[in-house]
Amino acid sequence: MREFIQNPILATIKCNQIDTVFCTGDWTLDGIHQLEAQLEEFICSKNISTVMFDGSQIRAMDTAGAWLLYRTYKTLEQAGQTVSLQNFDTEHSDLLKMMSSYAAKTQLKTSIPTISFLENIGKTTYITFNNLINFLVFIGKTFTLVGREILSPSRIRWQAVFFNLYADGLTALPIIGMLAFLTGVVLAYQGGIQLSMYGANIFIVDLVGITLLRELVPLLTAIIIAGRSGSAYTAQIGTMKVTNEIDALSTIGIVPMELLVLPKLLALIILMPLITAYADVVGVFGSMLVAKFSFDVSITDFLHRFPEAVSTTNYVIGIGKTPIFATVIALVGCYQGFQVRGGADQVGKQVTLSVVQAIFLVIIVDAMLSVIFSWLGIGTLPNFM
Amino acid sequence: MSEIVVEINNLRTQFGNTIIHDGLNLQIQRGEIIAIIGDSGVGKSMLIHEIILLQKPTAGSIKVFGIEVLKLNEKRSVWLRRHCGMMFQNGALFSSLTVGENIAVPLREHTQLSERLIGEIVNFKIALVGLPVSAKNKYPDQISGGMTKRVAVARALALDPEILFLDEPTAGLDPSGAGAFDELIVKLTESLGLTVVVVTHDLDLLWEVTDRVAVLANKQVSAIAPMRELIKLEHTWIQNYFQGSRGRAAQQL
Repeated sequence: MREFIQNPILATIKCNQIDTVFCTGDWTLDGIHQLEAQLEEFICSKNISTVMFDGSQIRAMDTAGAWLLYRTYKTLEQAGQTVSLQNFDTEHSDLLKMMSSYAAKTQLKTSIPTISFLENIGKTTYITFNNLINFLVFIGKTFTLVGREILSPSRIRWQAVFFNLYADGLTALPIIGMLAFLTGVVLAYQGGIQLSMYGANIFIVDLVGITLLRELVPLLTAIIIAGRSGSAYTAQIGTMKVTNEIDALSTIGIVPMELLVLPKLLALIILMPLITAYADVVGVFGSMLVAKFSFDVSITDFLHRFPEAVSTTNYVIGIGKTPIFATVIALVGCYQGFQVRGGADQVGKQVTLSVVQAIFLVIIVDAMLSVIFSWLGIGTLPNFM
Repeated sequence: MSEIVVEINNLRTQFGNTIIHDGLNLQIQRGEIIAIIGDSGVGKSMLIHEIILLQKPTAGSIKVFGIEVLKLNEKRSVWLRRHCGMMFQNGALFSSLTVGENIAVPLREHTQLSERLIGEIVNFKIALVGLPVSAKNKYPDQISGGMTKRVAVARALALDPEILFLDEPTAGLDPSGAGAFDELIVKLTESLGLTVVVVTHDLDLLWEVTDRVAVLANKQVSAIAPMRELIKLEHTWIQNYFQGSRGRAAQQL
């Protein structure tokens, strides 16, 4: 019964010598893909003034086939030829009539507006500038709320804070530990090869100690947290925004930022230094193993050298930067969540933007802090000199 | 007796201990508009999903155009999907594509037509569902709920299916929008020879549009008849459903 659906016969036209065009086959989506070119060719080659389409051999027709025939018919008619149809099924001629009744409505009058190069630059600048202002406003609002909560600490939603401490801190320990360990191993190994050429194996301790504690581990932790928690913040707030949950919160009388932003900010500020300290330990442990097994620096020597090589200042600078990173990550993550407009696909876009911006800003802040510390002369001189 | 396009026999759907359908039988005829009604959670949408292979029933047989669809392999099931159009409850338009691109997706995927012809077919479908062609370049989040449903129908109709499934087509529309949608369904059925299966709670739609109504209750199709006959049946569920104040109001129209 349905055989013809599965095995379409290509629709074709056969012209006799006079003026009749015999349409054959399936004038359906499956059958007409070669027909369009054939009809174009036919329109161009035809010189006589009358054309008769014969539909007696058409096996099936759908709206696409009917449209194609209608289009050809109209093109010929506009070229001044007399066109007529004969022997079409009632079903098929009904479809053709339907085409003519809708043809006027399918004409698209307005074209897609094109944006010129200069206009594009202007628009992008405006949007970027606006985003910057919005972000500053968001930061301002957040810190106003922070101030209010400091004055009345009972307003802080500790349950949410502890949840975030667990979800963003405790559960991140395995991945951050592993990455810090591997970074320590790689750094010690690569540095150790160079140092051992001078017989200065013991200076591995200086190398890994300062690099890991002061720069690498805080940065690494911040990047992981931005990818792991910053994206989650954007996704959570963005989804709530799409489903009107943010509005629902306001209606119930809860300030959305107080519930959604401040606990995250507070939790990240608390947990970032702790996680970084943990990652410092694991990273240095990794280096220590490499120093022992590849470069003959015993664990005792390593631990003995460590306090001499790495000043407390370096450690404090490394840990001290992390609350600033935490603030950047939490603010960017939450801000991008609130920026979600429209549908669910916007959430994905905003999450990507959030992670990229957070990592970018963390590195910028890190660079700025390095410059500031060197101006102030803090921790710039290596201790062994 | 006209041709049977969908035939369901002894269908059984079960999740763990929850039995949704048990021994369900239903026949849908060519060219009719059939509604499936029933309480929320009784498995109306699921029945549709099972016919178009979005959900696998536990046991039973579903024949579409006389072919057992539950035994179709992946390649052959494309055939089924090409000849069944589905409109989901909230439209399910691809939000990253414009209205025109949404309707063009099935055409691009399943046919080898030129871009020009696809564009013209898309324009025609947009006009067919009663939208201005200028809606073509809008994104789904820029159009109203009623328009979204019409675009969803246009996308479902892109490949000229023989059966159109509508899941709650008028839910969330204002009365005039719902009325216009009723007219659209009737018009499409007449002009394209469609068979329409509609899941709905809309009493006006049941009265105005449907040829037959199937009542899904007690895990089966417990009654199937045109509306006028259906409300006269001695069936507790039907009496409760239609004798509420809303049911009586719709009858008087």
